[in-house]
Amino acid sequence: MLLRHAPDLSEREVTPRDLYLNRRHLLAGFGGMMLAGAGAAKAAVKSPFSTDETPTSLKDITSYNNFYEFGTDKSDPARNAGRLTVKPWKVKIDGMVGKPGEYDLDDLLKGVVIEERIYRMRCVEGWSMVIPWNGFPLASLLKRVEPQSGAKFVAFETLVRPSEMSGQGGFFKILDWPYVEGLRLDEAMNPLTLLATGLYGESLPNQNGAPLRLVVPWKYGFKGIKSIVRISLTDKQPTTSWNIQAPQEYGFYSNVNPEVDHPRWSQATERRIGDGGGLFAKRRPTLPFNGYADQVASLYTGMDLRKFY
Amino acid sequence: MAVANLRIQPRFPTWPVYLAGLLPALWYVYQIFYGDLGADPAKTLEHAMGEWALRFLILGLAITPLRRELGIGLLKYRRAVGLIAFLYVVLHLTVYLLLDQGLDWPAIWADIVKRPYITIGMAGFVLLLPLAATSFNAAIRWVGGRNWNRLHRLVYPAVLAGAVHYVMLVKSWPVEPLAYLAIAVALLGWRVWRRA
Repeated sequence: MLLRHAPDLSEREVTPRDLYLNRRHLLAGFGGMMLAGAGAAKAAVKSPFSTDETPTSLKDITSYNNFYEFGTDKSDPARNAGRLTVKPWKVKIDGMVGKPGEYDLDDLLKGVVIEERIYRMRCVEGWSMVIPWNGFPLASLLKRVEPQSGAKFVAFETLVRPSEMSGQGGFFKILDWPYVEGLRLDEAMNPLTLLATGLYGESLPNQNGAPLRLVVPWKYGFKGIKSIVRISLTDKQPTTSWNIQAPQEYGFYSNVNPEVDHPRWSQATERRIGDGGGLFAKRRPTLPFNGYADQVASLYTGMDLRKFY
Repeated sequence: MAVANLRIQPRFPTWPVYLAGLLPALWYVYQIFYGDLGADPAKTLEHAMGEWALRFLILGLAITPLRRELGIGLLKYRRAVGLIAFLYVVLHLTVYLLLDQGLDWPAIWADIVKRPYITIGMAGFVLLLPLAATSFNAAIRWVGGRNWNRLHRLVYPAVLAGAVHYVMLVKSWPVEPLAYLAIAVALLGWRVWRRA
């Protein structure tokens, strides 16, 4: 699966050098936010799962973020996340696995083929982006740690470090830290489900969830838990942060679904960030499963998606 | 009713107040053409106009308490503050209708009837209409001072609607909307307390 497309990678599919350098130049502008090298895809393998839609600009992807650990305003993470230390980074893998342990991220990434996955990202707030992630399928990691036969769900946890994550301190507790998320095991094993380590061919900027984040393109963006420090396999459906915060608004599944409105706003349409139209950018219809129905709709056969929202 | 001695009473005319009130709007107009409104410019404008509306509404609500409690006489600027607040409410609504929703009337109508925070926001706007429409001297004479005062108490539920609208639309509990609501409730509470 992973290596399927490596051998027939043609010259023209490789990012042109001037574009690559241009990106580096852009990244340099973000100063201390970036960490050099580690985890970045130097020549990420192209993926058949990538969309050919125009990617959102690096500036928009890295300056318009919901990452409440660094503040509730979408400009806060770009401002505050630079202080986060992302190296060394350990990920605890525990629960119903054959090889539990506290793994160093560098060890986890050894020998892993980093792919480029250009995915649509639909935020629950009604906007969307197209993001060229670099990463590898979550399934490949899970297989390596050998899930036990009784495991049915995967739970994820974000770092808690108030000294470097300004949003975790303060008088008002905006969320119940740590941020937690979860997937059904079959969702986690779906080839679309990605652990991202970079974007635009560079290491993941801190505000986008460095050094390791989840990307589940058919679900609303908040399922894509950032700065992961723990992955647990379990036989019980894990609790998820936004479900704790507002159970009637955010379900466990949170699949992108234009038919099921958020109680406070419609999910029928979305505004694509940087969509040429600028101030007058039109809304576009939101697609079931964010356009990934062919790959994932079968996971939910027979389920009432209004009930399991 | 009359306050015996105002400790501070600015004498300058009202036009600088109107001018100052327009500055945020002008700054955003400048940003549209020469600046950077971020990744989602329509949302940036929508939120900015809404927040400025709330700020001026609250400022208007603060004028009487400032006079009574601290002896600061700003009554002559209250109409300017109120009309500026109304301008920002109109701009906020216009951005929502035109840029956010792209004049998709069925979607807008669905929002108004189905989404409580939009229903409440819209109610606040409707409550402000008669106030803006009677904000000139002749209107006060036509309506009569007493009735005019009564009519303009509609600003109380309108400000509350605006602040609640803000709290209801955000996810989680960020500080800003809660702070606006707390100030609005405090200024209205002061009025209740004073009458009691």
